Amino acid sequence: MSRPPEPWRRREALADLYYMDARARVLDLAAFLDRLDRAEGAEDHRLRSLRAALALLADGKEDRARRILESWSDPTTDPAPAAGSKGATGAWPGA
Amino acid sequence: MRYVEPHAHMVSRTTDDYRAMALSGCAAVCEPAFWAGFDRCSADGFRDYFRQLTETEPARAARFGLPHFAWLCLNPKESEDLGLAEDVLALIPEFLSRPNVLGIGEIGLNKNSRNELRVLERHVQIAVERDRLILVHTPHLEDKLKGTRLILDVLRAHGVKPGRALVDHVEEHTVRLVLDAGHWGGITLYPESKATPARAIDMVERYAAERLWLNSACDWGHSEPLAVPRAALEMRRRGHSAAAVDALVYGNPVRFLSQVPGFRVAEGADLAP
Repeated sequence: MSRPPEPWRRREALADLYYMDARARVLDLAAFLDRLDRAEGAEDHRLRSLRAALALLADGKEDRARRILESWSDPTTDPAPAAGSKGATGAWPGA
Repeated sequence: MRYVEPHAHMVSRTTDDYRAMALSGCAAVCEPAFWAGFDRCSADGFRDYFRQLTETEPARAARFGLPHFAWLCLNPKESEDLGLAEDVLALIPEFLSRPNVLGIGEIGLNKNSRNELRVLERHVQIAVERDRLILVHTPHLEDKLKGTRLILDVLRAHGVKPGRALVDHVEEHTVRLVLDAGHWGGITLYPESKATPARAIDMVERYAAERLWLNSACDWGHSEPLAVPRAALEMRRRGHSAAAVDALVYGNPVRFLSQVPGFRVAEGADLAP
């Protein structure tokens, strides 16, 4: 007789732990998109990248976190000529 | 519960944080050299910083029974100035022989520039020549994937033994690259960037948990000095055994860091919980 799966492999147990947190994050994201709709001006690469990630969230395929991070990443391979600024924006501007 | 904090910038933290960590079961704290939030003007600033890491912070930690260890380097955020970098690199050997120094770190890349890459290679050379452990910082956000690939190429080209280097700040898109290269991986728990406790535990469940550690990387920015014990609690809530949690937050860092002869944990922490 096979053993039941560990708690972290049971959907009901995971929902008990994480559903309310995920629900709150989805609502926060929805409210953020609504806020953007009410605002004026062009969208920069960060917002375009965020909207592109929403399609990955809903495509039903696995490894969403990895694929979203990859979609926001610099795909080039050569070292940059100089560092320029020290900071990062969260999404590759060339995407 | 017992744990090791393998990456914390305690120069930026209060004495209350040391006390909270000790109360939460911390058995040792390790502090890599990093960027102070501003560029230092000369190598003299680094000499003072290395003294702070190897003398002042161990004394602060000792007040709470916490062994404190340091990693030394010039952080990649200050690597664009090659002249300054050479001056700082010349200082490092003098401090490396101190018994509470673990090795070279956190070296790595920030914006994946040519100069950063040159300075990274110089650090790796020093570590290889002296057979010291290496702690590598991977870049932030959109620069992480490219930077991780460049870093792994440098480690491979310089013949670094994979088990002697830990590549830090891995996320879902880089963890496999690091582990498949045979290195150790560090998962950093931050409130906004890097990984949340839930995502960190997802990675532990999916990949080579025996070569991963968790760290808070607490510093002067948004960070949480008790992030590791909080993640341990999250892991228990998810149903993992106390032994599995102990192996991740205590056993793994002790195994990697014990490659340094002088590494030790707080008195009694090495007894089975």
